[in-house]
Amino acid sequence: MHKLIDLQHITKAFDQNIVLDDMSLYIRENEFLTLLGPSGCGKTTTLRIIGGFESPDTGQVIFDGTDITSWPPNRRPLNTVFQKYALFPHMDIGENIAFGLRIKNKPQTYIRDKIRYALKLVNLEGYEKRMPDSLSGGQQQRIAIARAIVNEPRVLLLDEPLGALDLKLRQDMQYELIRLKNELGITFIYVTHDQEEALTMSDTIVVMNQGYIQQIGTPEMIYNEPENAFVADFIGDSNIIDGTMIRDELVEILGARFACVDRGFGENKPVDVVIRPEDVELTLPEKGILQGVVSHVIFKGVHYEMEVMAAGFEWLVQSTKMFSVGTQVGLSVEPFNIQIMNKPASEDEEAIGVNE
Amino acid sequence: MNKKTLAFPYVFWAAAFIVIPLCMVFYYGMTDKTGAFTLSNIITIATAEHSKALLLSLELSFVSTVICFILAYPLAMMLTNMHVSTHSFIVLIFILPMWMNFLLRTLAWQTLLEKTGVINNVLAFLHLPALDIINTPGAIILGMVYNFLPFMVLPIYNALCKIDGNVINAARDLGANGIQTFLRITLPLSLPGIISGITMVFIPALTTFVISTLLGGSKILLIGNVIEQEFTQTGNWHLGSGLSIVLMIFIIVNMVVEAVFDREGEGNKL
Repeated sequence: MHKLIDLQHITKAFDQNIVLDDMSLYIRENEFLTLLGPSGCGKTTTLRIIGGFESPDTGQVIFDGTDITSWPPNRRPLNTVFQKYALFPHMDIGENIAFGLRIKNKPQTYIRDKIRYALKLVNLEGYEKRMPDSLSGGQQQRIAIARAIVNEPRVLLLDEPLGALDLKLRQDMQYELIRLKNELGITFIYVTHDQEEALTMSDTIVVMNQGYIQQIGTPEMIYNEPENAFVADFIGDSNIIDGTMIRDELVEILGARFACVDRGFGENKPVDVVIRPEDVELTLPEKGILQGVVSHVIFKGVHYEMEVMAAGFEWLVQSTKMFSVGTQVGLSVEPFNIQIMNKPASEDEEAIGVNE
Repeated sequence: MNKKTLAFPYVFWAAAFIVIPLCMVFYYGMTDKTGAFTLSNIITIATAEHSKALLLSLELSFVSTVICFILAYPLAMMLTNMHVSTHSFIVLIFILPMWMNFLLRTLAWQTLLEKTGVINNVLAFLHLPALDIINTPGAIILGMVYNFLPFMVLPIYNALCKIDGNVINAARDLGANGIQTFLRITLPLSLPGIISGITMVFIPALTTFVISTLLGGSKILLIGNVIEQEFTQTGNWHLGSGLSIVLMIFIIVNMVVEAVFDREGEGNKL
């Protein structure tokens, strides 16, 4: 396993306000890594530190074994795609794409071939002579990507590149980015607050909150086994309920006992229990572990989203079967669909995401 | 009430104080004392005395504009990079003198620069050689730069503020160093500000007669002084108007050249 970029003990504060606190993270070659978190979590600052637009107060940025912490952006072997495209408004598309190559004094024929190649890669052939403001948002973003990749960077940094696009375009661009990544075979570091984007595209997701890394893992790990309530809440919908671990593989929630698969939490220990809405099964009242009444039903296309009042808790349930409002139902959950997490002892711990 | 009728006061104002006086200038400029059509008032510019005044005006306003630009651009760049609280203070310092009367400010310079003025008294006290600048073209340039500098700083500052910081970052990211980023991105993108700054300094400098009267003494005649004298001393409105038309042609040519230059600058790479 080759660490291409290694961030070591990075701390960054703006005016006493700590944005990153002793953060360490490595990025492997050829990885599609996503920094995911709410605004103000430090994900963009992390990206700007890698790109060289901010310098960390403490800590090192190691690129392929070399300490580049004090290098200016123009010396770093990586390129950035900015949130609002940041195309040069006074240059046509061809000149925008050629900018990096002209700085490096590449020959004219090489530049011309590169422009054509890059435009082909982003499906905008023949746009050389157009001006940036005559292009749509999606087209401008593709030009911004083309402008970055003609320089053959080893790492492409993307700062919420799809944030300004509408939903349909955003979904198309997600597939486009995956295709680009596979064709180019380079490392992508992607920043977003959109969990769906992160789940769709990433090899690895880094969930961040308040300057701390909450969890690092594959999309499946992050979704199915969130390490703490923050991750569970941020990624997808979930029911987060206070519970008590009676003993290994048995948890008590809202007065009822559920079989689960988690071990090693101790006996009679308070825990957070996460159950995804699609994992709650609705049956006849007598067959359920808990009994409740359906209070809301919304049709979502593929499934129905229902709220069920049971044992004083409003459960979010997703099911392809519809139960009308007022129906008496039973709730049950398969043991492996119950995710147990330690309760944070303090608010600080909650931010750091201490789990064990 | 129709929105167009709201514009009536302005239309009246424009007609009464801009269009009609302009027509009168053209009428006087192209007629002689008997009211007959003539171009002799305009052709008078070719006489040695008048063309010398015009050339000197062009020269001094050109030099002033260049000096203003050299002073203003770095200042505007510094202002753009400053913290909001500090920069608004500095902008205030720059605008503050503009709240004082233009004549007063220029008179103050006269008092400062005089042979026995404040500056020379201080220099004499320090046993330094006296500054003999009053009544020279240098004093006029000083007056022009002092009075018109804010008109260069503010448009450039506005243009620089409009540049998206990420565009600068993108240039750095694509490998450009500080100087390359400035020459290829910052300078071309601030061109509209530079051009309006040049216009706002060059044209008032070209037409001024107050600065040259107060700081240049009676020896140095600019075209503005010549025109002023024709109106107020000689009383020859026809000649004054004729020379004004010549000056207007210079200003219009200047504006057209700048407009063309601006369109190219906005549209293409520099």
